[in-house]
Amino acid sequence: MGMTMTQKILAAHAGLDQVEAGQLILVNLDLVLGNDITSPVAIKAFRNMGKEQVFDKEKVTMVMDHFAPNKDIKAAQQCMMCRDFCGDQEITNFYDVGQMGIEHALLPEKGLVVSGDAVIGADSHTCTYGALGAFSTGVGSTDMACGMAIGKAWFKVPSAIKFDLKGKLNPYVSGKDVILHIIGMIGVDGALYKSMEFVGEGLASLSMADRLCMANMAIEAGAKNGIFAVDDITKAYVREHSDREPVVYEADADAVYEKTYVIDLSEIKHTVSFPHLPENTHTTDEIDEIRIQQVVIGSCTNGRLEDLKAAAEIMQGKKVAKGVRCIVIPATQRIYLEAMEAGYLKTFIECGAVVSTPTCGPCLGGHMGILAEHEKAVATTNRNFLGRMGHVTSEIYLASPEVAAASAVTGKISAPEEVL
Amino acid sequence: MKFTGKVIKYGDNIDTDVIIPARYLNTSDHKELASHCMEDIDTSFVSRVQEGDIMVGGWNFGCGSSREHAPIAIKASGISLVIAKSFARIFYRNAINIGLAIVESEKAAEAIQEGNVITADLDNGILHNETTGKEYQVEPFPAFIQTIIENGGLVESIRNGSIK
Repeated sequence: MGMTMTQKILAAHAGLDQVEAGQLILVNLDLVLGNDITSPVAIKAFRNMGKEQVFDKEKVTMVMDHFAPNKDIKAAQQCMMCRDFCGDQEITNFYDVGQMGIEHALLPEKGLVVSGDAVIGADSHTCTYGALGAFSTGVGSTDMACGMAIGKAWFKVPSAIKFDLKGKLNPYVSGKDVILHIIGMIGVDGALYKSMEFVGEGLASLSMADRLCMANMAIEAGAKNGIFAVDDITKAYVREHSDREPVVYEADADAVYEKTYVIDLSEIKHTVSFPHLPENTHTTDEIDEIRIQQVVIGSCTNGRLEDLKAAAEIMQGKKVAKGVRCIVIPATQRIYLEAMEAGYLKTFIECGAVVSTPTCGPCLGGHMGILAEHEKAVATTNRNFLGRMGHVTSEIYLASPEVAAASAVTGKISAPEEVL
Repeated sequence: MKFTGKVIKYGDNIDTDVIIPARYLNTSDHKELASHCMEDIDTSFVSRVQEGDIMVGGWNFGCGSSREHAPIAIKASGISLVIAKSFARIFYRNAINIGLAIVESEKAAEAIQEGNVITADLDNGILHNETTGKEYQVEPFPAFIQTIIENGGLVESIRNGSIK
């Protein structure tokens, strides 16, 4: 029986010729990731496993991004615990303030993941690296500890849903709109336990930033992983960022998919997820006036250079609406620098937005933009769960950088065309 | 594994941000996490939950972040078992890995009501509702996962070499 892209990567990493959906396997890992919130729990579990050394100091990475730069004393203690552990273990890829960025923007940029890899991370958005044609998935801290200890993780081989992409995106529509549209269509558990595999001629019009954003939100449909077929765009990206060669796994012609959706990219409109679930999607042409008090442009979903460029081009020469706080967070130090050199940061500041150092910050209600009661925010982040960005009565509307930028200017949820 | 407890019931898509809000993730202390469990959707949970109680949820229980703090907070608050129509996959494996008992059953999660007393016999895959007298058959875990549970979780499975 034929295998999907995901099944092929898993089989190869389990030393098997063939796997099928439902099979339980032990997989060799190319990379094990943790952050400042999940790693402390993993470090304790690692010690309890009775292990002295991580399985490979080159293949464990920790990124201090969630509550860093340290938001309070407890957060500082957690970062210290990670720092000390990585120092003792001589872990090569430890990213602290100054080198860090938001983990899922940072790892591809640093070339730590290439096509064909099998990666786990103690962060649910680890599925981002599927954009590179890797198998990568979020796990908990105990799985991370197991990964650090023996370089392996157990998996139930997933079945898959295929997304066959056709056509080309319209101007000011991006990967965020596509993935929100898909989550709206299949629901927050529409791909539960499954792979989402993205293929088709439409890939040619999607940048790596679009793909990283889409794979990033596979978890918001409940998926185990999201993965893109590798093409020249992927190979060029990997070769630019990594010394390792991409390994390409293509799905077999007779691979089994539970379902196939054909998506015409030219039909995708500006899409916004209303509180309190990512599946509550509406297009901007069908919504009434919703006034907002905050805009967040950043996160592992949409904090890349292309995202900042899109937002800056819309905000150029305009002002953030009175009564709106617009917070821009470049996802990594490199993106920060490139956005500065390209003039985007100047644009944001002249518009009346603030620019933060890289951090997950407000996305999960950590710091750098917490909402008060009944406040509404448009955010380019990935979750709009109850109370996630602040007070339990506050509301988060998920959108693309283009919609977020336009909304910052008008003070209400707006399509980019309204301000252009 | 056998548990008896009183039911505390919630709806669909109970996410990890409501199970334990991220603002409390600056600690991994189990008791401290438990003291904020469910507070954004149920301020009374912490005061009314009793040792051994059983939590019941709908579809996609535990969706959202990978924070192991979520099953830890539930377990540390005294909950012995979570029954749901379905679990989000990271929550599912986290619960197994830390030794929080979970059972997937659409029928049971639908029928069981707040305050019912349930006896769960997981070895034989039976949920018995003491309040209504109804009984539900549930799927036992696959053998591989049973090995992890029988070893007391993933940490112990690595420590004793049963997973290498």
